[in-house]
Amino acid sequence: MNAPTKDSGLAWVGRAIRRVEDPALLAGHGRFTADLPAALRVRFVRSPVAAGRIERIAIPEGANVVTAADLAALKPIMPALHKFGYVPIAQPVLASGCVRFVGEPIAAAVAASEAQAEDIADAVSVDIAASAAVIDAGAALADGAPLVHAQAAGNLVVEGKVETAGFAAAQGAAHRLIAIELRSRRQNATPLEARAGHAAFDPVSGRVTLTCATQMPHLLRTAIADLIGMPEGELRVVAPDVGGGFGQKMSLVPEYVVLVWLARKLKSSVAWTEDRRENLIASFHSRDQSVRLQGAFAADAKLLALSAEVVANVGAYSCYPTTCAVEPLMAMAELPGPYDVRAYACVARGVLTNTCPMAPYRGVSRPVITTALERLMDAAAAEFGMEPVEIRRRNLIEKFPYTSVTGLIFDAGSYQQTLEIASAAIDVPAFRRRQQQARSQRRYLGIGFAAFSERTGYGTPAFAARGMGVTLGWETVELAMDPSGWVEVRIGASPHGQGLRTTIAQLVADELGLAPDRIKVVHGDTDRTPYGWGTFASRSLVIAGGASVLAARKVRAKLKKIASHLMEAAADDIVLTDGVARVAGTDRALPIETLARAAYHQVHLFKGEIDPAICETATYDPPGTFSNACHACIVEVDPETGRVTIARFVVAEDAGRLVNPMIVDGQIVGGVAQGIGNALLEEIVYDEGGNILTATLADFLPPTSREMPPIELLHLETLDGTTITQAKGLGEGGAIGAPAAVLNAINDALAPFGVTIEEMPATPRRIRAALRQATKKPR
Amino acid sequence: MSERSDITLTINGRAHAIRVEPRRTLVDAIREDCGQTGTHIGCEHGVCGACTVLVDGEPVRSCLMLAVQADGREIRTVEGLAIGDELNPLQRAFMEHHGLQCGFCTPGFLMLVTGVLEREPDISDDDLVDVLSSNLCRCTGYQNIVKAVRAAAAQMRR
Repeated sequence: MNAPTKDSGLAWVGRAIRRVEDPALLAGHGRFTADLPAALRVRFVRSPVAAGRIERIAIPEGANVVTAADLAALKPIMPALHKFGYVPIAQPVLASGCVRFVGEPIAAAVAASEAQAEDIADAVSVDIAASAAVIDAGAALADGAPLVHAQAAGNLVVEGKVETAGFAAAQGAAHRLIAIELRSRRQNATPLEARAGHAAFDPVSGRVTLTCATQMPHLLRTAIADLIGMPEGELRVVAPDVGGGFGQKMSLVPEYVVLVWLARKLKSSVAWTEDRRENLIASFHSRDQSVRLQGAFAADAKLLALSAEVVANVGAYSCYPTTCAVEPLMAMAELPGPYDVRAYACVARGVLTNTCPMAPYRGVSRPVITTALERLMDAAAAEFGMEPVEIRRRNLIEKFPYTSVTGLIFDAGSYQQTLEIASAAIDVPAFRRRQQQARSQRRYLGIGFAAFSERTGYGTPAFAARGMGVTLGWETVELAMDPSGWVEVRIGASPHGQGLRTTIAQLVADELGLAPDRIKVVHGDTDRTPYGWGTFASRSLVIAGGASVLAARKVRAKLKKIASHLMEAAADDIVLTDGVARVAGTDRALPIETLARAAYHQVHLFKGEIDPAICETATYDPPGTFSNACHACIVEVDPETGRVTIARFVVAEDAGRLVNPMIVDGQIVGGVAQGIGNALLEEIVYDEGGNILTATLADFLPPTSREMPPIELLHLETLDGTTITQAKGLGEGGAIGAPAAVLNAINDALAPFGVTIEEMPATPRRIRAALRQATKKPR
Repeated sequence: MSERSDITLTINGRAHAIRVEPRRTLVDAIREDCGQTGTHIGCEHGVCGACTVLVDGEPVRSCLMLAVQADGREIRTVEGLAIGDELNPLQRAFMEHHGLQCGFCTPGFLMLVTGVLEREPDISDDDLVDVLSSNLCRCTGYQNIVKAVRAAAAQMRR
């Protein structure tokens, strides 16, 4: 069941064909938002203080500057969640009355050029009576802390609690209780293209087209029309080429609302291109969580009970549509991971602070909870005197479907097998020998594992369970064949680097017996595609891909009917292959373009039995699936400098069918790079006053080619029919597993010193600080 | 700020006579005044390398150079790489080895590598990784960029 399917019987699925996206991007013909000309440019005036009351905004004489007073008719951004005591938080599109974080937009300066708009913005003077700010989640929860929003007592915006029946008894029966406390510092997803928006008014139709760097064009259209109070039909949202997103571009951006409002008011085109400093201080942040775990283990190292306390610093506002509860609540639901544990208690809190708001970032809390759980497993393995692989072997789930202690249903996977092949590839016994030899030369090597699940491709049931105001999930695809036999697949998903135009064409090609170059996938334009939710949460290939296959099957059925009329054969006897419809067992055949032409121009031949034209729609709304993987890595830590070097990194993963193995590998390696950044490098640092000290890419450090080890990839393919395509999502797994593997390896390397690092990024400074506390002299 | 200078930017062999403020960066002039939007802006402080172009054959962060400094010099950008409608060997190697995902950083990498391989066709694998660490990519994890560049370098040496 797990062996790679070399012979799937499919002509195109499973092949590493080159991407159709590439030639234009390589030639410099990509079309990104900032490439569009605009009559007017916008620069936002942003708050220089973390908390305070706006007393006066002085606008230079004659300058076109918009403030909250101009936008009084607009509704504030106010995402809803109907569970866990969530306190609704309103965010005005431009700061109104008070400011709540450094970087919050206060005013928009409009001018003919970017430079002029910047000059005007610099000349706008804002008087703010600064007040006490809370930056750290711990400080925000303390008694008497200043409130970020008056209605959220104690700065608590959401609190999830769960405790299974018999939890205390299960914990009490434990042979050993082992605790771990992990802190994952604040990050910024840092797509290379920062945010950018361009709103253009069309005097003929009266409509506005907003072109912007978004992952969710349709939902953005609804949200902006709602806030402005305009008919949704008067707004078109286009996501052109988008330079990465990783979650940062899947929330409603207040600046885009201002652009649409300006385009309508000025009847012109207005554009804003965020600079990197704005992106680092004021675009959405991520992570910034603490997790305290306690595992109750039996004498045989089986995990009997798990308790957790999660604190997520969610910043000053709540993001639309997921709300800021997405991180703590996903942590609560998914913390037990792929381990068989039947008793669980968790409290997960979202805490408001005077910092940049949080939004989903690749993995959404799972990089943090996976690291906490995997640190717990290693801590327990050390207590029991066993190898990290052995304790995982004893606890990973292996019977499917498996219903988790939080009610999640795990479809078939290869949790044990990926652990085994990863550990075999990295050769643990040989490593332990090398490690011993190295220690005798005062060199410190460590090995780390991360076994984890990646919940992907979930539809409305999963989102409905979250209780959000918007229940996301399904995808609709419209598939049309034109009279020349070419196919257009219009999808609501909105890829931005994932290669979906290539992979969806592969899926449809196999259904229709056509080559993928005859199949064009259209996305990212609300005028051209059916309503859908966009691209995030490792969902697009599973859900939009599944809907594409369903629509293609309808088209296939229609083509067979047409062929049956034209060739006077039974529809069931028609086979579509290599661009031709054949009558099975005969030499009778017609090119598919002949069928397509007949569907439009020769309808009289069908005697009223077949409707004209070829255009079919299908929707897919799956329950969801789990990919799984095991990461294994070897590091060397230099105790003098605290520098960590990753020597090897192995990924054994199972995401079901690999539709395009080249793209799969690219997603995994890219995710691992972000996970390594999380583990070692990336940190947004605030000072006590709420100013960001890491506002350039020389301070906030995504990995470069120098920090990246070669990533060794091993694939298993569990095909159990949970999804239509047999493919499971895998966009996030690399980022979910890598931090845990790296941190475990660092701690294994530091074991001779008797110190641990439970904070990410594990920078040289933190490692040196830990080593200075070392009580043990290394052997 | 309003006194403007008349300069000529020669981009991919074509002269663009433009009038710019002294503060105009080269990348803004290339994109806004000359309409060549293949060169991207990633950070505007010289770290990410998305805006890398060749000026007289040398890779340059065009966000850190003023347009007036490039007056009369030979500028090459991503738009000049393809030979007619055909991608050049480096561009093809990026496609073959999946060295791009969203494609935003790609023009900068292509120009960086073009400049380096022209100067140093026999660059060692290790030095190549060092050179590539000049630029940031957020999607690929670099592995396939390194593969693509090694393959292109090998092909160019043949």
